[in-house]
Amino acid sequence: MSLTVLAIDDSRTMRNLLSAALGRVGYSVDLAEDGEAGLERFAATDPDVVITDINMPNLDGFGFIEAARKLDRNRVVPILVLTTESAPELRARARQAGATGWIVKPFDDERLVWAIERVANTEGRE
Amino acid sequence: MSQHDAKSKLGDQEVVAFRVAGQDFCFDIMSVREIRGWTETTTLPHAQSYVKGVINLRGSVVPVVDLSDRLGFGPTDPCARHVIIITVVDGQTIGLLADVVSDILAVSEAAMHAVPDMVSDQVKAFISGVVLVEDRMIRRLDLSRVVPRAGLEAA
Amino acid sequence: MTAAGPDEFRASFFEECEELLEAMHDGFGKMLDDAADAETIHVIFRAVHSIKGGAGAFGLDALVAFAHHFETALDRVRSGKSESTDALLALFQHCGDHLSDLVAAARSDQPVDSEQAQLLGQQLDAVIGPVNGTRDEVSDAAETFVPMTLDLGAFGGPEPTPMAAARQGFTISFTADPELFSSGNEPALLFRALDRFGTTSIAADTADVPPLSALDASMSTMAWTIELETEVAEDVIRDVFDFVSDCASVSILPLVGPDVGPVLPNPGATVARSNVPDAFEAPDSFPASLADPIAEPRVGTPEDAPGATVGSGKPGASPSVTGPASPQTIRVDFERVDKLINLVGELVIKEAMLSQAVGMLDLPTGNDVLQELDGLKQLAGEIQEGVMAIRAQPVKPLFQRMARTIRDASSLTGKRVRLVMKGETTEVDKTVLERLVDPLNHMIRNAVDHGLEATEKRRQAGKNPEGTVTLSAAHRSGRVIIEVSDDGGGINREKVRKLAEDKGLVAPGAILNAAEIDALLFMPGFSSKDEVSELSGRGVGLDVVRSEINALGGRMSISSELGKGTVFSISLPLTLAVLEGMVVEVAGQTMVVPITAIQETLQPSTAQIHTIGCGSRVLSIREGLVPLADLGAIFGFRETPVDLTDHVLLVIETETERRCALIVDGLQDQRQVVIKSLETNYTQVDGIAAATILGDGRIALIVDPEGIVGGIAPVPVSLGRPPHTDPVEGENLVTA
Repeated sequence: MSLTVLAIDDSRTMRNLLSAALGRVGYSVDLAEDGEAGLERFAATDPDVVITDINMPNLDGFGFIEAARKLDRNRVVPILVLTTESAPELRARARQAGATGWIVKPFDDERLVWAIERVANTEGRE
Repeated sequence: MSQHDAKSKLGDQEVVAFRVAGQDFCFDIMSVREIRGWTETTTLPHAQSYVKGVINLRGSVVPVVDLSDRLGFGPTDPCARHVIIITVVDGQTIGLLADVVSDILAVSEAAMHAVPDMVSDQVKAFISGVVLVEDRMIRRLDLSRVVPRAGLEAA
Repeated sequence: MTAAGPDEFRASFFEECEELLEAMHDGFGKMLDDAADAETIHVIFRAVHSIKGGAGAFGLDALVAFAHHFETALDRVRSGKSESTDALLALFQHCGDHLSDLVAAARSDQPVDSEQAQLLGQQLDAVIGPVNGTRDEVSDAAETFVPMTLDLGAFGGPEPTPMAAARQGFTISFTADPELFSSGNEPALLFRALDRFGTTSIAADTADVPPLSALDASMSTMAWTIELETEVAEDVIRDVFDFVSDCASVSILPLVGPDVGPVLPNPGATVARSNVPDAFEAPDSFPASLADPIAEPRVGTPEDAPGATVGSGKPGASPSVTGPASPQTIRVDFERVDKLINLVGELVIKEAMLSQAVGMLDLPTGNDVLQELDGLKQLAGEIQEGVMAIRAQPVKPLFQRMARTIRDASSLTGKRVRLVMKGETTEVDKTVLERLVDPLNHMIRNAVDHGLEATEKRRQAGKNPEGTVTLSAAHRSGRVIIEVSDDGGGINREKVRKLAEDKGLVAPGAILNAAEIDALLFMPGFSSKDEVSELSGRGVGLDVVRSEINALGGRMSISSELGKGTVFSISLPLTLAVLEGMVVEVAGQTMVVPITAIQETLQPSTAQIHTIGCGSRVLSIREGLVPLADLGAIFGFRETPVDLTDHVLLVIETETERRCALIVDGLQDQRQVVIKSLETNYTQVDGIAAATILGDGRIALIVDPEGIVGGIAPVPVSLGRPPHTDPVEGENLVTA
């Protein structure tokens, strides 16, 4: 079974790009357009890894991560944060919220996959 | 449409040849969309005399120009034997009323000639050359002069 | 970006930009009207932020740069660091306009002059304080990697491997903090990632693992040593550990020789290091020095000075109400909708043809066929309405574009103007909306340039120095009415009339009423400004605007009051395709008169017909006297019959409330007709709105009541002849 990714971003264009990039390497992609919808999908589909934007309506990226971390699960799901800056403060903030790693926009398909490989078992679920 | 001269060579242009008021005319086949029999037109108020009216072409409103009238040969009294050649000129679909379509010819460069003096001034205004085929002189119509965009407007 | 990737989504991206720009402009509007809530500024910020993000993916550098600058300034406001004054909002609106320009330029691959961006950038800086002008390094390439501490302390240092042969590669010592695990990272995955660079051998050091009873799961006790034979550079290896740089201890030494590699101190990491053994707190309490920047509102920006305190940003993310839940939508290819609309049009025609054929059969009433046919007609009508509604869109984006035009016009003329919008949710067919852009733009510029007086003049007149232009849209009796009105000086009819006389458009001494003078403005080449103003353009007059409106099947009218203002009114058909019409016979021709214009039909008695003045005839009915107009004569089919008693009169009233009685020969029936354009392959004909296809396939022309009545159709004037004030039956009303 291939890796399942949940990608959360309020920009339709970003969702399209992520979906295409991840689909190309054979991952199975689920999409949500804000943190709230993201939480619903997260609970329903139990993805292997989550990629989330920070600035979103209804529930932003940090809110999503904090809520996701509070859920009772048997493992800590890796969550990557999409950011347009790579400043240390932002990373620290992301880390504080419980993020696993980060991907800087505009993202290179290769680096996207590289980030996922370092946090998720890309050979499928154990 | 597809019965063209099997002997057409590269550099030849295909034209549709037809008769109006007993004279032969032609123009580039690329402008032709289809050829229909005569149908009744709906009169357009205050139109030029050579605009016979409009017809329904599969849901579109298409004006019909009486070539005989336009070229100065007097108005046609159309009947079932006449034809309407549907053309596209400057983005507009226009029907041209003619007596009969005679042929589709492949015309080589060599056969095209400038307009000779014997052609009347009246007709000269609308043609861009003549084509010699066997012993016929076929006048080549310049459609944009026959159906000028501004000219279709009522005067 | 990967070459195969983005292009397929380019079009979608630009569409999304349109939506985002609309939301942004909306937000500014709300803030200016003091109708904003706490979420509004966030919506604006996110809009610009998203445009920036997408633009980056498509390599649109100029757009990214400006969006970034703009976003940074917006962030200061949303984090409460800067106050949103009216002046600042105005600047933001200009920035928003420039952003729109950049998007448009990017969309059509046009180059953009960077002057405006620089100018606005300076203004942003001036208002807000120096903003980090240089773009942040947005690549997460290994060059920005923060060096790791070489820690030989508590967790055990690497034992330099005695060198037997010269192997190229690194010895990596790795120890994880508890945060590493709780953040979802896994050392095993990181080690496996090293595999792609060469061969690895991993040894775990459990020496410090306490017995089970003393095991504190939150304390890291496992250490690993990895030997990696590889040819890649050290920073590539460091990059593998990028995510865990703050919650793991990683040392990387070359495999070759016992010499210890260079020590690379990392000040931040050092602080963290020394604290961890003491403070096994939950991950969200960080050492003080790093914690301060995090006490910020949700999203810090690089410009935030560490230690700065929070403004109004909400740390909690309670879902805010941004408005009624947006309806579910799907995106459909425009062509498909068009095709569907055409098919439905054909359906209506077919239904009409079927009705006619069935009518010929003379079936008894109550017959099943007739009933079902009725049902079919009903159904076809509903389908048609439903399909037409698909293409209907609110006029709001169109109006917002006009707001931009007003801002530009205001700057250009130096007049203070504000735009009031009404009825923005009114829906209009999308194709009509697109074709309204130019006419409305022109009318708006006209209103600002010619309609509104100079600020000083307004003050002297006791008016608000700021002029108001109102743009409104509404549905009224089956049509869409769009109005552009200004509270300016109104039309100076004396001046207009004089100019018309000078230009020879009107015979000297001719008698014209107010409406006719207003109508003169629609004549080609008419301009009441001596110098062609830069704003309204050279030679493009109201005549062009009106013909554009006419081509849409609509019409325009003016009304004006001196000193008070002017109203331009556009009336458009609600749907492009269909009309309820009365099919009539005139001089052997079948024609259609729109039902909405018909007030009553009657067969007149001779007593009702009166002759007045110079031979024109009127009909006497309850409401008064109504002039006659013979369609047959107007269209050149015949001379007007004298005896009208076996003809039918249709009393019509037009949008402009002018009335006349049309003479026709007979009525056929009332039915829905599909409107077919006459202009596509021919031209517009005065007095004719469009054409339609009857049940038998023949074409019938649809009469244009307004054109017949001669409301704003070219006033039939010519040199040397005084114009009539009423349409005259039998006379060739319309100048062809």
